[in-house]
Formats: sequence, C-alpha cells, structure tokens
Amino acid sequence: MATETHAADAAQGASAPGMPQLDFSNWGNQIFWLMITLVVIYFVLSRIALPRIAAVLAERQGTISNDIATAEELKAKAVDAEAAYNQALADARSEAQRIIAEAKAEIKADLAQATADADAQIAVKAAEGEKKIAEIRAGALEAVQAVAADTAAEIVAAMGGKADEKAIGTAVANRMKG
Amino acid sequence: MATEAHGAEGGGLVFHPMDQFIVKPLFGGDAIGLFTITNVTLWMGIAIVAIVALMVLGTARRATIPTRTQSVAELAYVFVYKMVEDVAGKDAVGFFPYVMTLFMFIVFANFLGLLPMSFTTTSHFAVTVVLALLVFLTVTIVGFAKNGAKFLGLFWVKSAPLPLRPVLAIIELISYFVRPVSHSIRLAGNVMAGHAVIKVFAGFAAIATISPVSVLAITAMYGLEVLVAFIQAYVFTILTCVYLKDALHPSH
Repeated sequence: MATETHAADAAQGASAPGMPQLDFSNWGNQIFWLMITLVVIYFVLSRIALPRIAAVLAERQGTISNDIATAEELKAKAVDAEAAYNQALADARSEAQRIIAEAKAEIKADLAQATADADAQIAVKAAEGEKKIAEIRAGALEAVQAVAADTAAEIVAAMGGKADEKAIGTAVANRMKG
Repeated sequence: MATEAHGAEGGGLVFHPMDQFIVKPLFGGDAIGLFTITNVTLWMGIAIVAIVALMVLGTARRATIPTRTQSVAELAYVFVYKMVEDVAGKDAVGFFPYVMTLFMFIVFANFLGLLPMSFTTTSHFAVTVVLALLVFLTVTIVGFAKNGAKFLGLFWVKSAPLPLRPVLAIIELISYFVRPVSHSIRLAGNVMAGHAVIKVFAGFAAIATISPVSVLAITAMYGLEVLVAFIQAYVFTILTCVYLKDALHPSH
C-alpha cells in the first residue's frame, strides 16, 4: 500500500493518506535537522558530559578505595592499640607483683632487724641480770661465810673453847668450798 | 487525536493513524525546503534539550554521592560503555562517544514520541536510514582502514568446506548490505507500528460501547510501547556494537 500511494504522496504533499514516511519531499529537511542534532549531541556528550561522568566515576572509585584503605589502616591501628593496651596491662601487673614482692621483702628484713635488735637487747638485759644475780650470789656467799664464822666462833665459845679466829675462818672457808 | 474526534463526529469511523507522522512546517506555509523549521526540528531540539538536561545539567555538581538525575546519567554512561566494551571489544572504546550519541538520541526520541500530541522523529525512515547508513559507513571505512584487504575475510568463511565458500561469500555479502536496511526499518517500523496501533484504538474509542475496551487496549499498547521505546534503542545500539566488532576483528 505504501509504495502505491507514495507517488501520489509526493505529488500531493504530506496531507494525503498513506505513509508520510515515504514522502521523500521532506527527507532532505529531516536529514538536515538530524545531522545538526547528531552533531550537537555528539559534541555535548564527547566534550562535556562523558569526560565529566568518567571523572566522577573515577573519582568515586578512588574515594571508595581510599576509604577502604583508610578503614584498613584504622583497623590495624586499633589492633596495635589493643596490643599496646594488653602490653601495658601486663606490664602494670608485673610491676605490681614486683612492688608487692619488694614490700614483702622489706617488711621481712625490717622484721628480722627488729627481731635481731630485740634479741640483742634481751641478751644484754639477760647478761646484766645474770651479772647482778652473780653479784648477789657472791654477796650472799660472803655474808654466809661471815655468818658461819661468827656462828662457829660463838658455838666454839659456847662450848667453852677459845675460838681461834684464823682457824675458824680457814675451817669455814674449807667447808664452804667442800 | 483531534482528527479522530472530527471523524467520529462526522458520522462513521474515520481513522487517520498515520497523520501523526506528517512533517509540518511550524511557522505556516506548505512548502518544506531543506532548512524549513518543522515539527521534526522542534522535537529533535527538545531531544537535545532533554539530553543536555540529563547529561550536562544533571551532572553539573559532579557529586561523589550522586543525585537521582546524576545517577541516571551515570547509569546511561555505564550501560552503553559496558555494552561497547563487552560486545565490540576493549579497543572499540574510542567509538564510545559515537555509540553513546546514537543511543541517547534514539532513546530520547522514542520516549519523547510517547508523549501525547508529540512527533516521533525515529518513526521516520529518513531518520533511521541515515542513522543506519552512518553505522554502515563507519563500519565499512573503519574495517578497511584497520584491516585493509583482510576485511574481506569477513565474507570468506574459512571454517566452511572450500566448495561452499563462494556460496557463503555471496550470502555473507548480501547479508552485509542488508544490514543497514534491517537496522533502519526495525527501529522505524517498530515505533511507527506501535504508534499507529494506538491511534487505531483511539479511533474506536469514539464508539461508546467499545470505548472502555479501547481505552484498556490503548493503556496496554502504551505500556508495550514504553518497553519497545527502550528495547529498540538498545537493539540498535547493540547491533552497532556487533557491527563495530566485525570492523575491528573481521575474522569469523
């Protein structure tokens, strides 16, 4: 149908029934405007739009990979920080252990010192006491000797003898030794 | 639309499904010279404005986190870029702006043609034949420029038995020259047919008893046409890429 009416179309203009597409009288016009349109679109796209979109896409790709790299870096930092924290914790713990041990040793030493001092003092006091006791004992022996001599002289006198002081003293001394 | 209404008022059903395709001068007069400003000019101009609005103004902020308009522009870019890269090969990306121009023009012309009362530039063979011939000439020139006489190997099927090769060469040669014809008629034919069918249904809408069915049919056809508008642009572009691949790598 189209090819039959085409001749009539061309003759009568576009208003005739049939396919306006086959009205070749306006092809030149359409092709002219089409070429202009295509050239304009081509230049707008190739000079402005496409480089811009390519740049935006590349930039976005860069930003994304940058962000991922930064995130990885931060993650590594966090791991490091955790390790450092654990290290510090362990250090602090061992430091505390050390301080406790030191304090314990110090206290022990102090205690030993104090004990030793006290022992020494006690020993000194004991020695003093013993000395005093010895003195007292010595005093007592002398007194006993004197009393014994006196008593012996009196007993000798009472028995009617004449007390020889020297003999009595020697006898008492001999008895005391024996 | 107006013509159908007139026809219905005049009594019987009068269909003018093809009237929507008539090229008219915009500023009076009947004669259409080479430079006459017509409805073709108007709708191609609107297509340019729409493409500039999407691809240039939409991306003006160069946002790393795109706005909706910029997303669509990027989507179109990546869609066509991947198509060129995947179908025609990595060395064909130099043709990307060219293919993108074809795709953007066809897709916008098709969708603008779906607006009521609009004029569909891609429904005209004058337009699609030029588009197809541009592709055909590009492919042929690039094929010979890149491969020299080896480009003729496209017609000499080496994998076929020797006696068959001359026959196949004739078939290949014919199919090569039929390419621009099918390439152009497929696009214009699809677009034109859909629009014409919608007009026919619109004509039936003048009869009160049929009009609900008619309106439903128009709705369904319109939905189909939305698909066709995109698919035909896609088909045209991907075939361009396939032909470009032949030009760059002519071996079978």
